[in-house]
Amino acid sequence: MSEQITKPVLQLRQINKNFPGVKALQQAQLSLYAGEVHALLGENGAGKSTLVKVMTGVLQKDSGELLLDSTALSFATPKDAQQAGISTVYQEVNLLPNLSVAHNLFLGSEPKRFGLIDKKAMANQARQLLSSFGLAIDVTAPLSEFSVAVQQLVAIARGIAPKRGAACTKVLVLDEPTASLDADEVQTLFQVLRQLKQQGVAIVFITHFLDQVYQVSDRITVMRNGCFIGEYQTAHLNKAELIAAMLGKELCQQRHQAPCLAVEHSEAILTARQLNSGQSVQQLDLDLPQGQAVGLAGLLGSGRTEICRLLFGLDQADGGTLSFAGKPIKLSNPAQAIALGIALCPEDRKTQGMIAPLSIRENISLALQAKQGWWRVLSKKKQQQLADFYIEKLQIATPDADKPIGQLSGGNQQKVILARWLAVEPQLLLLDEPTRGIDIGAHAEILQLIRQLCQQGMSLLVTSSELEELTAFSSKVVVMRDRKKVAELSGEDLNPDRIMAAIAGASV
Amino acid sequence: MTNEATILNSTPDQLKAARQARYSPGQSAHQFSLYLYPLLALALLLLVNLLLDPQFFSLQWQEGRLYGPLIDIVNRSAPVALLAIGMSLVIATGGIDLSVGAVMAICGAVCANLLVLGDWSIPAVIGLAVLTGLGCGLVNGLMVSYLGIQPIVATLVLMVAGRGVAQLLNQGQIVTFQNPDFAALGSGSFLGLPVPVWLVLLALLIMQLLLKRTALGLFIEAVGCNAKASRYLGIDDRGIKLTVYLLAGGCAALAGIIATADIQGSDANNAGLWLELDAILAVVIGGAALTGGRFSLPRAVIGVLIIQALSTTIVVSGLPSKFNLLIKALVILLVLLLQSELFRHQLKTLLSFNKLRGGKA
Repeated sequence: MSEQITKPVLQLRQINKNFPGVKALQQAQLSLYAGEVHALLGENGAGKSTLVKVMTGVLQKDSGELLLDSTALSFATPKDAQQAGISTVYQEVNLLPNLSVAHNLFLGSEPKRFGLIDKKAMANQARQLLSSFGLAIDVTAPLSEFSVAVQQLVAIARGIAPKRGAACTKVLVLDEPTASLDADEVQTLFQVLRQLKQQGVAIVFITHFLDQVYQVSDRITVMRNGCFIGEYQTAHLNKAELIAAMLGKELCQQRHQAPCLAVEHSEAILTARQLNSGQSVQQLDLDLPQGQAVGLAGLLGSGRTEICRLLFGLDQADGGTLSFAGKPIKLSNPAQAIALGIALCPEDRKTQGMIAPLSIRENISLALQAKQGWWRVLSKKKQQQLADFYIEKLQIATPDADKPIGQLSGGNQQKVILARWLAVEPQLLLLDEPTRGIDIGAHAEILQLIRQLCQQGMSLLVTSSELEELTAFSSKVVVMRDRKKVAELSGEDLNPDRIMAAIAGASV
Repeated sequence: MTNEATILNSTPDQLKAARQARYSPGQSAHQFSLYLYPLLALALLLLVNLLLDPQFFSLQWQEGRLYGPLIDIVNRSAPVALLAIGMSLVIATGGIDLSVGAVMAICGAVCANLLVLGDWSIPAVIGLAVLTGLGCGLVNGLMVSYLGIQPIVATLVLMVAGRGVAQLLNQGQIVTFQNPDFAALGSGSFLGLPVPVWLVLLALLIMQLLLKRTALGLFIEAVGCNAKASRYLGIDDRGIKLTVYLLAGGCAALAGIIATADIQGSDANNAGLWLELDAILAVVIGGAALTGGRFSLPRAVIGVLIIQALSTTIVVSGLPSKFNLLIKALVILLVLLLQSELFRHQLKTLLSFNKLRGGKA
């Protein structure tokens, strides 16, 4: 490609960014050339948004270089980035629905006459701008009167609209622009992107729809766990290779020592038949055998998390049957699931798992306390014993049990949440992404723990984006795509390549 | 994966060493320092009073009862202290209850009307008043937890409507009664101390037992810190929220009973007026965050004493009364700043900087 010879318009090099307890970016990089659509891909939590935020001045990098037209810059505020010619359209439409379309487009840099806003000129400029998008709408009408798709296009138009005192747009970042658009609207958007490309704008395109990546992008950068994984020409990378890069492909040696493969067929602890829940899970048949770990694979939004929520009573089933330990059950809240012996270690540790200001001791004993009921208090001594036991058993790195959990590193926080559920001694433990965003040491320890728990007879359902990890401990792996179960792999078929093929579906 | 292998193969001792090396030191909250600054502020205020009035700490024993400025402060704090106990729980869940002043008025009106209408026994009057308070709390709690209305809006409804209800009960009049037994709840004494002080101590004791001897206190803090995570671990977060508004309603009823007994009548327009704001302020002075989480009932009561001591100081100082509100605001701002660790740190840096400069000059 000819752009390769020229210098990149924007280059990010060796960017590091830490949040308390999380290494959000480690040596991340990105190169953008004028006139390309560059897809930035990775699973949730891979660091895409953080990288974009560093690039657009929302967050400050801890170290690393940001070169715009070969000059090193750093943006203190989003406005600085905008002035330099980097515009962003965020996932949620950040517009003011009560103002007119034209006003939204030029908010903050309205054309003026005698110090007052020149509405006529503004409307004219707005019409001109939108006509290049193939949009002929009444620009003086309030934005709220138009469909989400139009609003999305207006947001993009706003991104490239000329701002007072700013350089013309060199880089346009689109974070999930197509999430709320239907197929036709997506095509309109892509037309616009191709036009902008012609004008020499570099476009960063973040999406979870891989088909769209192949339709519109020229190059791809893949990130995983805050690290740069690779930069590829879209034309030279097939979908399976792309998914492999996104999910990680290094085969794990641990597979050879997987001990929880039960040879004999064991009883199912939980059975689901034709289980439905609105749009999120459809026609699910699932058997979870006693004393084994079952893996749950699939891309983001494929229904993995939704299954966990359903089995824990956070969402209600609206069809099908569910039975646990041989008895039919109906779950309407988590307390019921916990009483039966089902526990869930949720996907988002920060908002759903830990109670940050409370101590490790309290965080560990809370679930057991809730199960016992509020009137039967666990004495402080009993809490301390529980905490000490699990701090030792799970190797939680802390000076004492009274430290607030929020001050621990990600991996240790995750261990505390695990300890919370082990203290309840559940029969079935659902782990939703138990190893996301934690350091490699804690990662290995958690995998080890999953094996141990199986040996002790606990049943587990583990969701993970890391396929080699799933094959390391699972007796079978259930693959989800578009909210449906598409494969169930075990024995010889249980390897990352087969899982990946199933995730990618027939289009490989 | 070599990292993984090393960790799996190392000895327990090595692991322990690695574990110790990895932890990042952070400060655990010290109970001591949490009490230090509120108590210090209270002591300072009392000292100022002593300077203004040498007789301030004097106590007299008359007719089987202690009298003196200190007893006055404690006695006058009683209604707000009861409100603050309930308010602490509500604030700990991240909510707020603006209606407690109005609930005081309603419960006071209930008491006065029952006493005027017929020969109800005192326990029955108290019981009905407390039930009324719990009913008000139930309305607040249902609106907040099950209808999902923001606490400030939900309780604002009862704050406005409640005073109207009290006015209706009293038919626009100030209802007065003659009942020495009931009046004793406000102005009587027991074992040398005023009855309201005993009521506060009793409420504080019962609440502390309820919160510490069951898991209720822990659950309230958990829900206040993170309601979603609490639901995920099996706590009935809505039930907890409902409970705290119920308890706040009950506390407001007790405060209303004391206020009514004290003046032997119910004034729907003025009973408990603006006291919800004093209660909220007391909880904040006690170190609780309005966003929810950790709370302490004793500290909230200390907060009430600070506010009451301050009011007394202003009166004792002989300043024209037009300065009262302004001075109160300034002193409370100062107390709040002193409690902020950030502010203390900045103050320290500033002072040491000045000292350095002074040393050079």
